[in-house]
Amino acid sequence: MTAPKIKLTDVHKRFGEKVVLDGIDLEVAPGESLVIIGGSGSGKSVTLKCILDLLTPDSGSIEIDGESLTGMGRSDRERINRKFGMLFQGAALFDSLPVWENVAFGLIQGHRMNRSEAKEIALEKLAAVGLGAEVGELSPAELSGGMQKRVGLARAIATEPEIIFFDEPTTGLDPIMGDVINDLIVKCVKELGATALSITHDMASARKISDHIAMLYKGKIIWIGQTADIDNSGEPHVDQFIHGRAEGPIQMELRQL
Amino acid sequence: MNPFQPVGKALLGFLEATGKLALFTFISVSHCVRPPFYYRLLGRQMIDIGYYSLPVVGMTTLFAGMALGLQTYAGFSRFSAEGAIAKVVALGITRELGPVLAGLMVAGRIGAAMAAELGTMRVTEQIDALDTLSTNPFKYLIAPRIIAGLTMLPLLVFVGDIIGIFGGYIVSVYKLGFNPGVYISQTFKVLEFVDVFSGLVKAATFGFIVTLMGCYNGYNSRGGAQGVGAATTNAVVSASILILIFNYIITELFLAA
Repeated sequence: MTAPKIKLTDVHKRFGEKVVLDGIDLEVAPGESLVIIGGSGSGKSVTLKCILDLLTPDSGSIEIDGESLTGMGRSDRERINRKFGMLFQGAALFDSLPVWENVAFGLIQGHRMNRSEAKEIALEKLAAVGLGAEVGELSPAELSGGMQKRVGLARAIATEPEIIFFDEPTTGLDPIMGDVINDLIVKCVKELGATALSITHDMASARKISDHIAMLYKGKIIWIGQTADIDNSGEPHVDQFIHGRAEGPIQMELRQL
Repeated sequence: MNPFQPVGKALLGFLEATGKLALFTFISVSHCVRPPFYYRLLGRQMIDIGYYSLPVVGMTTLFAGMALGLQTYAGFSRFSAEGAIAKVVALGITRELGPVLAGLMVAGRIGAAMAAELGTMRVTEQIDALDTLSTNPFKYLIAPRIIAGLTMLPLLVFVGDIIGIFGGYIVSVYKLGFNPGVYISQTFKVLEFVDVFSGLVKAATFGFIVTLMGCYNGYNSRGGAQGVGAATTNAVVSASILILIFNYIITELFLAA
């Protein structure tokens, strides 16, 4: 059996009194594309941030390629981070840099590549996501939301990472642009042979970009299975979520007026 | 409710904030002295802090020198001691007004801009993106700003000293009818190395304070536009108060030496 690329074991995280992750166990195999679905506040983003070392879990272990991230030093952490690519929800492009330099950032800073070589690769990656070389000279503020997402995707794949994370890749986009981004994600992940871990509450996106889907509810994984099986999960929380019904076991915490 | 509870809570909050600031300062300083250095970013910050603050600092010290000349004349003429104007202006500007006014002006101009820029980067996940691109935000964002503040403020204050003394000269010579040659010779006669040096030490300290508070408040800002606004206000207010406190401490140290 292949060793998992990403492995979370009994991960807990709380903020004050609020328990956000309540013992997450999760494995992602090499080359697999797993999507975590769940409502707002279910702990999806926190899970991703714990893996990326942007948050430290209270307990439990996180392993990448069998290496535990717990107590890892800064230089080892940077070595692990070089395996990662990340598409942020709002793209998180650097305002102070032109588009090409945003895409080339990981190559110049993380991989110490010279600027002209990095620019060539950045323009190639921009072309791979359907953006011309002229876009490379623009500032991120001059781009539409869809274009920013594409630049964010180009930046995520620029270093040809082994693992790519997608944080709500289609949020804030119109359905057509959302589908374009989904297609690009599938294409880029396949071409790189990368492992992908995404979080979303957009079911159309989840179905399109995943091999497996896991559902997070109240800080626990309540269902995990193949994408094709999600409609027959037999789990009422999953059924309610994927059909977007107000009635069901998941109750929104609404205050009475 | 226990009446000591709010006091205890406030005390704990203060201790926590002090500890966080001390830790932030230690990490920032350690990255200022350890390679790699981002020379391109350092150059940009030096131009922003040094060159672009020059008009503001120049105007402030010019008019401060002019007002000091007038006030000294108004006060000293009561004791027939008008001849001391040049000495008072030179000492007042180099030891106190030059560094303090420059520090406060730069706190308003640079400290606020740094807090707003880093705060926006924080809330739009750009700082998280740096981490995922194997780039340490302390090294990339904070160290260049602190080094630039530490080195540029003394240069600004040195130029501001000359302009401030010139302001006193303009008022004394063209309004009060002093002899230009006598005024200049009295200025050089009274000034000692330690007068200028103590002002420059203050300037370096204020440069450190302004950039540190700008970076600290921006880096730790939370909660969208309101959080960024609060970070900006806190950066300017805390830097201004610390400038006045450290001005007293450094004055005391130099006078005791």
